[in-house]
Amino acid sequence: MTTFIEPSPSAPEVIVASPTAAPASADQSPAAPSPAAAGKPRKPKQGLVHGLLTNTKAMVGASILLVFIALALLAPVLFPGDPSRITDMAGLEPSPEHWLGTTAKGQDVMALTIHGSRSSLLVGLTVGFASTFVGILVGLASAYFGKFVDEALSLVTNVFLLLPGLPLLVILAAFLPPGLGTVILVLIVTGWAGSARVLRSQALSIRSKDFVAAAVVSGERAGRIMFREILPNMASIVMGTLLACVIYGIGAQAGLEFLGLGDVSTVSWGNNLFWAGNEGALLTGSWWVFVPSGLCIALVAFALALINYAVDEVTNPRLRKIKPVSEGKAAK
Amino acid sequence: MRFILRRLGFYLIAFWVSITLNFLLPRFMPGDPVSRMFARSAGQMQPEQIEALRKLLGVDERPIWEQYADYLYNIVTGNMGVSITRFPTPVTEVIASQIGWTLLLGTTALVIAAVVGNLLGILAAWRRGSAIDSALPPLLIFIGSFPYFWLAMGALYLFGVILGWAPLRHAFTDGLEPAFTWEFIADAGAHLVLPALTIVLVSVGGWMLGMRNTMIATNAEDYITMAEAKGLRPGRIMFRYAARNAMLPSVTSFGMGLGFVVGGALLTEVVFAYPGVGYQLLNAVQGLDYPLMQGLFLTITAAVLLANFLVDILYVRLDPRVRSN
Repeated sequence: MTTFIEPSPSAPEVIVASPTAAPASADQSPAAPSPAAAGKPRKPKQGLVHGLLTNTKAMVGASILLVFIALALLAPVLFPGDPSRITDMAGLEPSPEHWLGTTAKGQDVMALTIHGSRSSLLVGLTVGFASTFVGILVGLASAYFGKFVDEALSLVTNVFLLLPGLPLLVILAAFLPPGLGTVILVLIVTGWAGSARVLRSQALSIRSKDFVAAAVVSGERAGRIMFREILPNMASIVMGTLLACVIYGIGAQAGLEFLGLGDVSTVSWGNNLFWAGNEGALLTGSWWVFVPSGLCIALVAFALALINYAVDEVTNPRLRKIKPVSEGKAAK
Repeated sequence: MRFILRRLGFYLIAFWVSITLNFLLPRFMPGDPVSRMFARSAGQMQPEQIEALRKLLGVDERPIWEQYADYLYNIVTGNMGVSITRFPTPVTEVIASQIGWTLLLGTTALVIAAVVGNLLGILAAWRRGSAIDSALPPLLIFIGSFPYFWLAMGALYLFGVILGWAPLRHAFTDGLEPAFTWEFIADAGAHLVLPALTIVLVSVGGWMLGMRNTMIATNAEDYITMAEAKGLRPGRIMFRYAARNAMLPSVTSFGMGLGFVVGGALLTEVVFAYPGVGYQLLNAVQGLDYPLMQGLFLTITAAVLLANFLVDILYVRLDPRVRSN
């Protein structure tokens, strides 16, 4: 820790600053066990939340997302009963009775689409949070411990990044018993490495800051330094990673299910498209079976991307300074 | 040289991981693929077939490390077993007959997307705030939000079914013999246009944004101002001074892209029923053809690793900073 001794004038301030900041965050959120939540309640958060609330892109994105979440929650109320029940009203065009028409098996497309949002959003959010969480753990451990731990974790991360994602998804899904759990597990296995790499390079640049050195010298435990000192300072990049992971989760789930490798008995956007392809919806010209689910995936992904850009915009001055550092490391 | 050796070691480890993954998956997965397969094809299998399968999938009384050594030896000597759905063709032969189509489709799409995307990125960064810079990126991002296979199916419906401009499936018209005749090449080309175009459409945005962002950073460098002060032509500054130095991240992306040419076109091949390795992989999964599945996965992984290694070597040539390290 020779680097810590050198800038002695600023060191006392740093030591004072970091312990006061840390308990403050603990007081604000006593019921925040997850490290992702621990990153939010800190001083920059006020700026972030305020910035996001006044940002048009963020508000548009959040509104679209909220509408979909509300629809997903209200699905059993809006369309009671099993949406995949087969009836004799097959292949109807959109009409006042069936707003989006019916499939070749006589299922109401509107009901299928709205019920489908439940599984798609659930899987997307679960995969997003879980792979970001794994990414945080690996990235922080890599950056904090350095040396051998970093070498080993980086090796594993890079191997997982290099293994071709889609074929690996297909192989894993083929060997594991079909089901929602399998889909989630497989998507986390193939999705965590990207976030780990981004978060590691960001954590590395914060690890080298003086206040972390001060925390090390003052004898704080490793876990506390990682989650209370380093993590809160990369809240915006964690947020960006989380959004990207959710987008990945929703898209990859749809792709996997479209290939028939999900659990084909559940109703989700990917499965709706799988059945649309299976029943030859496009070849018979029933575009209304095919369009809604794809459009919903695109809208959710677009909404998340909008929020992501808004986060970038709000935190831009800092990101601009740090970005070249992290990119330089990533390019290596 | 040290850099290259280090990278080579890393790729060998990565390849070993994927071989081991391949070895372990059928042996430790719940659901037991072997019995699933036996149950499905009971009575249709010949004794040699069952014997080969048992060996490959580890229904075998020998200790696991002995099986593992055997498996490694077989992979290294290029023996990937015999395909079940196309018995008795060896897996390597099935793959060899299909990888050409994948390479054709993937490389065509990648080269077009990289060239067009980088040019657009250069232009957008050079004229910041112009129509290219402000209108095109959001549009491309919006297009990129759609699930790829959905766009591909839409394109197939619009151009194939409604307009009838493009053929609906396969890489060439049924009944035509693959040969180096104008007729065949033109036919294969016509089958290539739509699949390649859909890949270009969704991937060009990433190239453009990446190039634009690096270019903007490069444009702020002093030597660009210096070049302008010297009165060089804008075109020369744009390409020889700015773009040339902003190229490096694109080279890395190109390497990644080159690797994913083999595996990444899976959805394209499925939608367009294009007879490449991705399409075959899905067929192998559906037909429970485990030897072929594993062979395809290893081939795809090997291709990704090889492409990345080649780019690393190229990188040493292009970037002197890597050499001095």
